[in-house]
Amino acid sequence: MGVLEAAPEDVAVRKRPSPVNDFSMVVATVNGTGSQTANLALLRAFFKMGIPVNGKNIFPSNIQGLPTWYHIRVSHEGYVARRHTSEILVAFNQTTVHEDIQNLPEGGVCIYNADWRSIPQRDDITYYAVPVNQFVRDTGMKGKLRDYIANMVYVGAVAFLLDIPIEKIDEALHHHFNGRRKLVDSNMSVVRAAYDWSAANLEKQDPYRVEPMDATAGQILITGNDAAALGAVFGGVTVTAWYPITPSTSLVDALNTYLPQLRTDPETGKATYAVVQAEDELSAIGMLLGAGWAGARAMTATSGPGISLMAEFTGLGYFAEIPAVIWDIQRVGPSTGLPTRTGQGDILFTYYLGHGDTQNVVLLPATVKECFEFGSTSFDLAEQLQTPVFVLSDLDLGMNNWMSEPFTYPAEPLQRGKVLSADEVQEKGFARYKDIDGDGIPYRTIPGNEHPKAAWFARGTGHNANAVYSERPEDWVSNMARLAHKFETARELVPSPVLDEAADAEFGILAYGTTQFAIDEARNRLAAEGIKSSFMRLRALPINQDVRDFIARHKRVYVIELNRDGQMHKILQTEVPALATKLVSLAHLDGMPLTARWVVEAILEKREAVNGDR
Amino acid sequence: MSTKQQERSNLIGLTKVDYNGGPSTLCQGCGHNSIANQIIQVAYELSIRPQELIKLSGIGCSSKSPAYFLGQSFGFNSLHGRMPSIGTGAFVANRNLRAIGVSGDGDTGSIGMGQFKHVVRRNTRMVYIVENNGVYGLTKGQFSATADEGQVLKYAGENEFPPVDICLEAIIAGAGFVARSFSGDAKQVRELLKAALSFNGTAVLDIISPCVAFNNQDTSTKSYSYGKEHETPLHDFGWVPPSEEIVIDEYEPGTMKVVEMPDGSYIQLRKLDEDYDPTDKLGALHRLQWAQQNHEFITGLVYYNPHRPNLAEVGKLVDTPLAYLPAEKLRPPKEKLDEIMAELM
Repeated sequence: MGVLEAAPEDVAVRKRPSPVNDFSMVVATVNGTGSQTANLALLRAFFKMGIPVNGKNIFPSNIQGLPTWYHIRVSHEGYVARRHTSEILVAFNQTTVHEDIQNLPEGGVCIYNADWRSIPQRDDITYYAVPVNQFVRDTGMKGKLRDYIANMVYVGAVAFLLDIPIEKIDEALHHHFNGRRKLVDSNMSVVRAAYDWSAANLEKQDPYRVEPMDATAGQILITGNDAAALGAVFGGVTVTAWYPITPSTSLVDALNTYLPQLRTDPETGKATYAVVQAEDELSAIGMLLGAGWAGARAMTATSGPGISLMAEFTGLGYFAEIPAVIWDIQRVGPSTGLPTRTGQGDILFTYYLGHGDTQNVVLLPATVKECFEFGSTSFDLAEQLQTPVFVLSDLDLGMNNWMSEPFTYPAEPLQRGKVLSADEVQEKGFARYKDIDGDGIPYRTIPGNEHPKAAWFARGTGHNANAVYSERPEDWVSNMARLAHKFETARELVPSPVLDEAADAEFGILAYGTTQFAIDEARNRLAAEGIKSSFMRLRALPINQDVRDFIARHKRVYVIELNRDGQMHKILQTEVPALATKLVSLAHLDGMPLTARWVVEAILEKREAVNGDR
Repeated sequence: MSTKQQERSNLIGLTKVDYNGGPSTLCQGCGHNSIANQIIQVAYELSIRPQELIKLSGIGCSSKSPAYFLGQSFGFNSLHGRMPSIGTGAFVANRNLRAIGVSGDGDTGSIGMGQFKHVVRRNTRMVYIVENNGVYGLTKGQFSATADEGQVLKYAGENEFPPVDICLEAIIAGAGFVARSFSGDAKQVRELLKAALSFNGTAVLDIISPCVAFNNQDTSTKSYSYGKEHETPLHDFGWVPPSEEIVIDEYEPGTMKVVEMPDGSYIQLRKLDEDYDPTDKLGALHRLQWAQQNHEFITGLVYYNPHRPNLAEVGKLVDTPLAYLPAEKLRPPKEKLDEIMAELM
């Protein structure tokens, strides 16, 4: 797809954006200078103006010094996918300024530091030079704070140039600093100075600007990792064991913020939860299985390399049938890969993780709302199915801020699964791995159960229905057959796919996770050209009958995903071998969130090839 | 119930048979079986309710043994070297559980060294037994990390690396209860087990347990004959359960050290070595190093420090086990979610 990526924007079906409430801007800064506060202030100011917005931080694996780009998309149509090009550049990184300016489209805008000696000149873009050093000097601040406050200069300039009311910046900073006025005021003094200077000295020459709308009223702005943590807190998480790894760390940070607020026992002031930072991911998942076995709702958050270390324990959890929830905030692998870039590369690995015959339940949230919901329901599923459950988010969803309608308080009570009390053991008897109900899910007891016959021995070795060591071939076969049967039961318990079907669709699209935003936009563009499609978004593996039916009733189904090998495509081919030839893989991975443009062009290219064959 | 059977019942009305596990599949004469028998005896004598005890292990000969004792207790035979993480998770899930973790020298000294050191650092409440024979039995005779330097084995040849000393590692990692014994010394193993069971954090018991199949040459410090001959007990060791009154009058002042256990029980150390003080960390390290250099092993309570809080205390966990909290303690009310949503608007 390299050729496609190099093609100019707006080919074929993209109409030229209107300059009001419909553009993308990129802020190029140096990592570690505190630009995140400035960027989030702009993002939230748009949001508070009622304009649909999305921000994506494209950052390096580095503490300080390497380039960072923050993309803000403003879209009155409500699109939140990444755009391939940005019309407005805030050039605050001298190292990348040449490339950044080259990337601007015709008619683009460049806001830059007037103190730089020279920057590339193009006669098809508008330049605004802002004397940053003067503002910084005027604040009298020293050292690192100067870098930080320099970022507020571009906030003021952008606010003037785009027509952002200055009080919206104030509101955004007020939110950012949790109402600490002193911090807000010191930042606002720089923003105001830059705004006033811009008003007096810059002549607005480009057409891009914003106007207030009413499209974000009642909405929230939150990252997927924060949402997942909130979901877990309201889902009754009791034990979290984890090892720091980008981009999952902020999920546990959020747990450490929310848990003390929400889950401190009011009577005793003590914690109804435990968060343990483990020595590695091996230990983290070991703690999950120990805790899950003992009856806790246990979770971890990690990313690809951590999943690799969790392979052996996952197999044990599957085989010994221990509940656990593993959040995988996907980044780009293999190996260390692109640790600060997004992807969907862990689908195959997590679905089959473990040696021998293993299958794992995998949840696939696409929105912050689903992160919240799955934060809670993943525990229900893990305990109902007595097995490790993976939740595959990604860096784009997890670390970036997304608009959402407010989260709904869970309607269902906690589902704790088939756990026998001492009385029930007395009444019904107990055989740990016996399929009493015919759904493959056995009953379990947890330590502390007082009945003398309640105890069982969890083990990774072959066992019979009573959890007693066994090497008998028939015991092995029947136990593994029951586990396979349990996985069939899982198909009906996991979240069902979301369907948007067009009556006269030419083809179907199957996807999962955050690619949906590019796909939604792409489908609208294609529909505007008369190319209708149906879209099914998977929310979990294993698939259910709905997915099979969807594939069956479409002539062709494009499976779109953010990896090189078309991993979901491979899984679906295996799941529905009779329909496999209908599935066409559209897979792409360069570390960046998918764009509508890529989806449109990839579909058009394949479509032409397929139609040409006929 | 006959009078004879009643006599055999402990304080909670269980007989010793109630503490049995399944039949052992380890080699006849294996030191590990002796340790399993002492665990049964101790649990019976202390009138421990099997329901409040969990048995944990990793992989290896030693790790099989939890199936051979306390059949009424929950058990978890996990992964090679990973028993500590299972124990940590179980402990934070249910702080009322007492855990006996059984590991081996390979399971702890090699593949599980990281988890061993870190479980000790966190002070997870657990009796951590290393059944130490210096050899890999299940895979038929490779050296483990605790094997003596210069030792010769039929399968593995000569060991060219210095041994890992489990007790030294435990002390350096911050363990507050570090003891060493010998599986052939049933009485001392029992007394140390009793004390370890009432310890509030991780209690490490390094028990030399000879492998009769692959490492019982008289030259090995982990062989039975070597052990019996070279054992230097640090002190006679008595333990008084909390339900009995502590009698100290019969002990001569100056020859005994009484150590109070957090649950109100005491351990009493009869000091044979007048200079030895188990609360002196540097002294303990020095003594272990000296013993290693002299190819001896000292037995008894090597190091004792009851002052570190355990993991549940550090985490300020509620008294009710997390695993047994009712739903209303687990899910905050709707108003709380609404408040947070309002803040995010």
